[in-house]
Amino acid sequence: MSPLVVDILERFPGARRDSLIPILQAVQEQEGFLSQESVLAIGRHLDLPASKVYGVATFYNQFRFTPIGRFHVQVCRGTACHVKGSANVLDAVERDLGVKAGGTTRDGLFSLEVVACIGACGLAPVIAVGGDFHAGVAPRDVPGIFASYRERAKEGGSDAA
Amino acid sequence: MSPNETFLVQVNGRPAEARRGETLLDVCRHAGVDVPTLCHMPGLAPSGACRICVVDVRGRGLVPSCSCPVEPGMSVETNSQSATRARKTIVELLLANHPDDCLYCVRHGECELQDLAQRYGVRERRYVTAKNDDHVDVSSPSLVRDPAKCILCGKCVRVCEEVMGVAAIDFIRRGSHTLVAPAFNRGLNVSTCINCGQCVMVCPTGALREKSHLKEVQSALDDPAITVVVQHAPAVSVSLAEEFGLEPGADVEALMVTALRRLGFARVFDTSFAADLTIMEEASELVSRLKGGGRLPMFTSCSPGWVKFVEQSYPDLMPNLSTCKSPQQMMGAVVKRVWAAREGLDPRQVFSVAIMPCTAKKFEARRPEMGDAHDVPDVDAVLTTRELARLIRLHGLDLARMTPGAPDQPFGERSTAGKMFGGTGGVMEAALRTAHWLVTGREMYHLTIGAVRGLDGIKEARIKLDDVELGVAVVSGLGRARRLLEEIRAGRDDLHFIEVMTCPGGCVGGGGQPLRAEAGAVRGRLESLYRIDRSEPVRLSHRNRQVQELYDEVLGEPLGARSHELLHTGYHGRDGAA
Repeated sequence: MSPLVVDILERFPGARRDSLIPILQAVQEQEGFLSQESVLAIGRHLDLPASKVYGVATFYNQFRFTPIGRFHVQVCRGTACHVKGSANVLDAVERDLGVKAGGTTRDGLFSLEVVACIGACGLAPVIAVGGDFHAGVAPRDVPGIFASYRERAKEGGSDAA
Repeated sequence: MSPNETFLVQVNGRPAEARRGETLLDVCRHAGVDVPTLCHMPGLAPSGACRICVVDVRGRGLVPSCSCPVEPGMSVETNSQSATRARKTIVELLLANHPDDCLYCVRHGECELQDLAQRYGVRERRYVTAKNDDHVDVSSPSLVRDPAKCILCGKCVRVCEEVMGVAAIDFIRRGSHTLVAPAFNRGLNVSTCINCGQCVMVCPTGALREKSHLKEVQSALDDPAITVVVQHAPAVSVSLAEEFGLEPGADVEALMVTALRRLGFARVFDTSFAADLTIMEEASELVSRLKGGGRLPMFTSCSPGWVKFVEQSYPDLMPNLSTCKSPQQMMGAVVKRVWAAREGLDPRQVFSVAIMPCTAKKFEARRPEMGDAHDVPDVDAVLTTRELARLIRLHGLDLARMTPGAPDQPFGERSTAGKMFGGTGGVMEAALRTAHWLVTGREMYHLTIGAVRGLDGIKEARIKLDDVELGVAVVSGLGRARRLLEEIRAGRDDLHFIEVMTCPGGCVGGGGQPLRAEAGAVRGRLESLYRIDRSEPVRLSHRNRQVQELYDEVLGEPLGARSHELLHTGYHGRDGAA
């Protein structure tokens, strides 16, 4: 098991089930996602069945179960973006990447997350890719945006943010 | 007000007696008024999830009766227009994403959702949504999980956690995406599921069911080159009657034997014979552990859900498990590796079927340890009591009109001790009778050991075998077993022998038993086993002549080399099961 997860669990000695969510959050912050290994380890630490830990974790949108890609994609579905058509943008992103929200592309390049509001409503609809904001995105812009990141990855460019 | 104070309330305009602490549902049911439930589980705290039990309380409107405490002065209408309308709407909403394949469903005619749709006159699909498309989980050797038919009542989740202490499944995701599944939404086969089937017993729909072996059995029966041998477990003959509308606990063994012959089984053997054999080995093992300083307390090993539970959750206590195979597997080994040779049959030409009150027995039969060196399994197929009833109906047989028949020899003779394996405490009672004889050379004066009888989840007793006093415990329902194991881990050392049955009540309450049994059915089946023990002459496993002959001719002596080869097994930890 990851030594980072061991460290986190050691920060919660004698923890009981009410510490479950803080622990899940700490592990996700450290690892970027909740691996099966982490879920099992957390369950053992809290004396909770893995099914319970997984059940709680899947209840909340904030937890992901696949590793973060090299470029983490956040599609804003806040009110302003929604009004400006972000549902179609999300569709286009899911189609282009071939994964659903919460997933990571098989090449590990992109991971997709839906967020409630990025706080850039003036730029709606907005998506963030690896920390770069893309404003006023239309579905037809989506393939071009991701192509440029694939290009960057090929050139060995550094991760943004 | 005292806690036991009773008072009167009004139910449908008539006075009904209520006790403080009762729910409206309790009061209605005591008053003989039927209120439908889906998620309610007697004996467990109410969850109030399904809302089908709503009743109209004057001044308050609709409340779920299962979770509403009764108060003095209440006036309840169970069938007001608003209550019945609400129930109908609830059923309609539950049906909105249901697959609507009732005609093809294993629970057709035995489904609580279907019954409610009938009762409230649902005649059209008023709410249309996308159907569930979650895949069917066929990964388990014992159970099939079909989320599309699940109405999320949560009873399976609760029985698995609160009664069995396993918690292999839980709700995952949320809202309209909610699903009951094992951790990581993987198959049951890689989960901590112990295959007990108690989830099937509480499932109101066809979302959980046993993995059927009927096709395999029918093919074998149809193949003239194959000799099909059947064994039936002790609890089956006292449970099968209910499938045919007879009284719970009626013993239909002799009728069932004839029905099995009519179905085409070449030999009908009695698993209770193998239970006697198990007792010879297990009582000898107990005595040997007591005298030789072996690991104590010794745990019984005939309940395969329990065995898997120890392997995955208490691997440090695996050495406490008796190495004896279960009666099903002892019978299987004796049929394939002793009887077949005697009959001049190649074991591959023998198909061995077990009729069991249990779904975990399907898992047990598939364990790699349970076969010969050439991977010929000792038991080829396991049918539950329910599947046997289906097979009997398929062949158009009328169980009640069968001419009584006798089992085939040599594995048809049994003592009542072997028969009592079918209920909680039965293995303990049988083993103590024989252990007493092994230790003292005399029979017990009182063969009936009342302290280990009855449906209590845990029973303890101190039993004297001459100058040795044994501490024994009998547990049924793994939730209670878990508590006892924790005590043992914490250092409790006054126990020498512990019987554990996975299911509450033992095999009579098994996961392969008739669905929707009436209240008290399990008790009726257990009483039937006690009645058999009272009324028959051979009450001791070591007095089973056929078992003695098997030792004389083949096995040598209990715990001998040949016994070890055929009748004993080993266990392995299952780290990583989730």
